[in-house]
Amino acid sequence: MKQEFTCIVCPVGCTLTVDEENHQIKVTGNQCKRGLEFGEKEYTRPMRILTTTVKIEGSLHKRLPVISKGEIPKEQLHQCLQALYELSIKAPIKRGDIVVEDICHTGVNIVASRGIEPLIND
Amino acid sequence: MKHITIDVLVIGGGPAGLAAALEAKKQGVQEVMIMERDVELGGILQQCIHDGFGLHRFGKRLSGCEYAERFIQQVKAHHIHVKLKTTVIDILKDKTVFAMNAEEGMLKLQCGTIILAMGCRERTRSQVFIWGTRPSGVLTAGTVQRYINIEGYLPGKKAVILGSGDIGLIMARRMTLEGISVEGVYEIMKSPGGLKRNISQCLIDYDIPMHLSTTVVHIHGNNKLEGVTVAAVDDKRQPIEGTRRYIPCDLLVLAVGLIPENELSAKMGIEIDPKTKGPVVDESFMTSVEGVFAAGNVVTVYDLVDDVSITGEIAGRGAAKYLQGKLNQDTHYQMIHSTNLINLVVPQRFRKNNLENHLTVYMRVREEMKKVYIHGTMNDRVCLHKKLNIVSPPEMVVSNIKKEDISDKGDITMAIERG
Repeated sequence: MKQEFTCIVCPVGCTLTVDEENHQIKVTGNQCKRGLEFGEKEYTRPMRILTTTVKIEGSLHKRLPVISKGEIPKEQLHQCLQALYELSIKAPIKRGDIVVEDICHTGVNIVASRGIEPLIND
Repeated sequence: MKHITIDVLVIGGGPAGLAAALEAKKQGVQEVMIMERDVELGGILQQCIHDGFGLHRFGKRLSGCEYAERFIQQVKAHHIHVKLKTTVIDILKDKTVFAMNAEEGMLKLQCGTIILAMGCRERTRSQVFIWGTRPSGVLTAGTVQRYINIEGYLPGKKAVILGSGDIGLIMARRMTLEGISVEGVYEIMKSPGGLKRNISQCLIDYDIPMHLSTTVVHIHGNNKLEGVTVAAVDDKRQPIEGTRRYIPCDLLVLAVGLIPENELSAKMGIEIDPKTKGPVVDESFMTSVEGVFAAGNVVTVYDLVDDVSITGEIAGRGAAKYLQGKLNQDTHYQMIHSTNLINLVVPQRFRKNNLENHLTVYMRVREEMKKVYIHGTMNDRVCLHKKLNIVSPPEMVVSNIKKEDISDKGDITMAIERG
């Protein structure tokens, strides 16, 4: 099996060729070490960072941006999104606060990517 | 009318303004104020919830809001004055600024120095000339991003994107994640406008097709957008007959470029570079009006926020030096020219004795080239010669020229040489 990928680790965007022979994975086309790692992972089990927003109440803003603290298997992104869309968070929240622990058993936490103050009515 | 006296006034609270204010304060300026028209600091970064920011600066993949908050916290810690929900309406050459907000009404500020950090604005439908009716549902990519990520609205169910720059690509993924079906990305040029990694992780990951040398030629619908007509274009970007195709959709997302926002700068008589569409700046990012500096996307549209922050810091340092009387203004400017493979260069001029260790030069190339040399000459002498594996229009080329390699007289000419 031979497959081609675009490396997404940095803005250069190398074209990687991944070759598998006798369970040996060989990556070519990379300009750096990180590309080597990415190529192997992309071939065996593609992973992505997930960023989206969840509902937040009691603040000026309607949505709280969140980010996955690590990479999530690509095939589970949709499932994780669905879980996040069902949530509703209450302000205040601080950047880095955990919104969901171990989302969909991926071992990855979803955290707030900004702080949001509560709405003070005056 | 309320009168305020301030040492450094920063107009705009986005990444450039935050970095500029912070640096001016760190350099010992007493009274620094940021003026921002939005309800909070951070600028457009607050609606950029995707990751990939700060790779150079923090060595981490941060989301836009995470990147912003790191600076906002420092601005708070350094006791910088912040005026939110305040719009600047006029700047005079003697550094008098008129602004207003709902609470205080009109404000008159007498400033020691001003740093312009107003950022950029998206090109709209009227600037790309698309035929047809004027229904709702035709929005710029940034507006869609704000609706989805901050306001919490979904502005459509089926979208067509015009423009394949990074903003268009990122919105293709974002809309897909939110359940909006993206029919395709259309690009009038022969090659994509955005980075390869964004084509991969935003389009290929979600099976969104990209159509090159194709554009939207007609908009249909009376009150609400009903569809668009797309067509392939020839080398002169003219639609080719027989290639027209109607696509039903209720959202047309325009991601057709950014222009520095310089209404205030032009009005006060600052010299504007027709190539960058921003002020002509020097090594300290001072404009043609003495004591008025500029930073970030108001100067030219950068790709990376890291560069925006760096130019903010340069301007902040320049403003502090100006106030402390340490900025030399007696010698003549030396110019930085560029040859035809380089589209633009920032800064456009410099005074050698204001440089600390090196001169940072930003350049945008015209086309993608592999294995090239970036070459700077001065009085027929080489002052920079650096090999680059790849240069491409979506990514600004940044080079530092050492102070000791720069002559006291004469201009610098930057060129790209194929390897």
